[in-house]
Amino acid sequence: MGSPMKIRASLSGETADVKVLMRHDMETGQRKDASGAVIPAWYIQEVTVALNGKAVVTAEWGAAVSKDPYLALKVKGAKSGDAVSVTWVDNKGDTRTDETKIA
Amino acid sequence: MRHLLALLAGCVLASAAMAARAQDKSGDEVAKYREMLADGNPADLVELRGEELWKAKRGPKNASLEQCDLGLGPGVVDGAYAQLPKYFPDSKKVMDLEARLVYCMTTLQGFTEAEVTKAWFTKPGKEADMEALVTFVGARSNGKPINVANRHPQEAAMAKMGEYIFYRRAGPQDFSCAICHANDNKRIRLQELGNLTTKEGAGTAMKSFPAYRVSQGNVWSMQRRLIDCMRQARWPEPKYLSDAVIALEVYLQGKANGTVMQTPGIKR
Amino acid sequence: MREALNLERRKALKAGAGFGLLSALLSVGLISPQQARAAVNKGAFDAKTLDETYKALGVSAPAVSDQVVINASDIAENGAVVPIGIKSNLPNTQMVALLVERNPNPLSASYNLTEAAVPEVTMRVKMGQTSNVIALVKADGKFYTATKEIKITLGGCGG
Repeated sequence: MGSPMKIRASLSGETADVKVLMRHDMETGQRKDASGAVIPAWYIQEVTVALNGKAVVTAEWGAAVSKDPYLALKVKGAKSGDAVSVTWVDNKGDTRTDETKIA
Repeated sequence: MRHLLALLAGCVLASAAMAARAQDKSGDEVAKYREMLADGNPADLVELRGEELWKAKRGPKNASLEQCDLGLGPGVVDGAYAQLPKYFPDSKKVMDLEARLVYCMTTLQGFTEAEVTKAWFTKPGKEADMEALVTFVGARSNGKPINVANRHPQEAAMAKMGEYIFYRRAGPQDFSCAICHANDNKRIRLQELGNLTTKEGAGTAMKSFPAYRVSQGNVWSMQRRLIDCMRQARWPEPKYLSDAVIALEVYLQGKANGTVMQTPGIKR
Repeated sequence: MREALNLERRKALKAGAGFGLLSALLSVGLISPQQARAAVNKGAFDAKTLDETYKALGVSAPAVSDQVVINASDIAENGAVVPIGIKSNLPNTQMVALLVERNPNPLSASYNLTEAAVPEVTMRVKMGQTSNVIALVKADGKFYTATKEIKITLGGCGG
């Protein structure tokens, strides 16, 4: 299920500036907790950014992407009111989609 | 001999100048790093969670925190952080935000103090509610000037105690806060150390807390910052919400008085 | 005297760097996770060297191009979060990827771009130590790279 993302999408001309913050621990599987037990790997592996439901960028991530991931990219042919959605899937199969309208 | 000395002096000056230039360049690059970070502060997500927690009916009394009095009247959150810590007649104590939240969680929601202070900061896999609440309340003072008047005798006494602790040398290293934080232009490794005895230095620090620390991956409250400072100075760690920590906050907020809040900050 | 001091300082710095690397690796936890990856690029994300990564991605002898631009600071205050932007000015850019040479698994992220995407992405990655980062771009079926060194500092108490 995951925590909500924060998606900002602003227009300059016909290009939308999309900035996304996701809440995820991005555990590499190598850290240990206070009792010495290994904290299992848990990180986002796939991210899809779509404009009005159509995928524009599909990303694959490794565990090296930082905790609470940030992603900024630009989408062409966008206009005010268009829907920008972001979906992530992590290595445990957990997934989350959030959407915002371009201001 | 004189030539040799002149030559040596010249070398030292030249290398000093080069070092200074290298430092400026490093400073620019560090500034660029911070600028890139500032564009997306994960604390914004913590703030959202804090707002949900503030409004959620919780605890044995199934109540929200929406009637909590943070010093500006029940339920007033805007600007509340900027005027804390302050004296509260109901508890007869000078309280900072965290102490006040604990008070509200016990009186309004019916939690025990032990319950709400047990996991007050985030550990791997377990996000602390307190951190989220502090981030939310802090952010609602964004743009407001820090305003701690220290008018009440107890507030003035706490400020005095805070000043005493700030200059007090103790611990195995005979360390005080002042050794690192009472002079201009001091650094530890690549990081500048603020002069907390000036409005500018104290303001730079105090306006940005609560702050997201990228090295920790979570938000630090001023309680956590100060307790960890004391640990790093090899002092015994004070207890969470203890008067010693709140006194330091009162002293430092007083120094920073008038500085406009910019929180949540984002730091190394 | 100056020399002697410098030598001592260098020794201290060296010792400090070694310790910093170890603790940075421990805290950041940068070693290959054993988790199975469903996607096609599993091999590339598990690769341990640049050459292995290129091989897994089907890349051979990518050309260095000044049309590929890395936007990052020369110095990062903390290796846990290093902001890096990649921009391609090459026509028909289909993919951009970020590799950190000295991470246990160099491949950090790859982005497949449709025609609706501007070939410019910014992300934040963990770096265990000072390293070259490589922007790998696929444009019009060919691979191009740009490289930049980013220094990771040990930092102080953290403000």
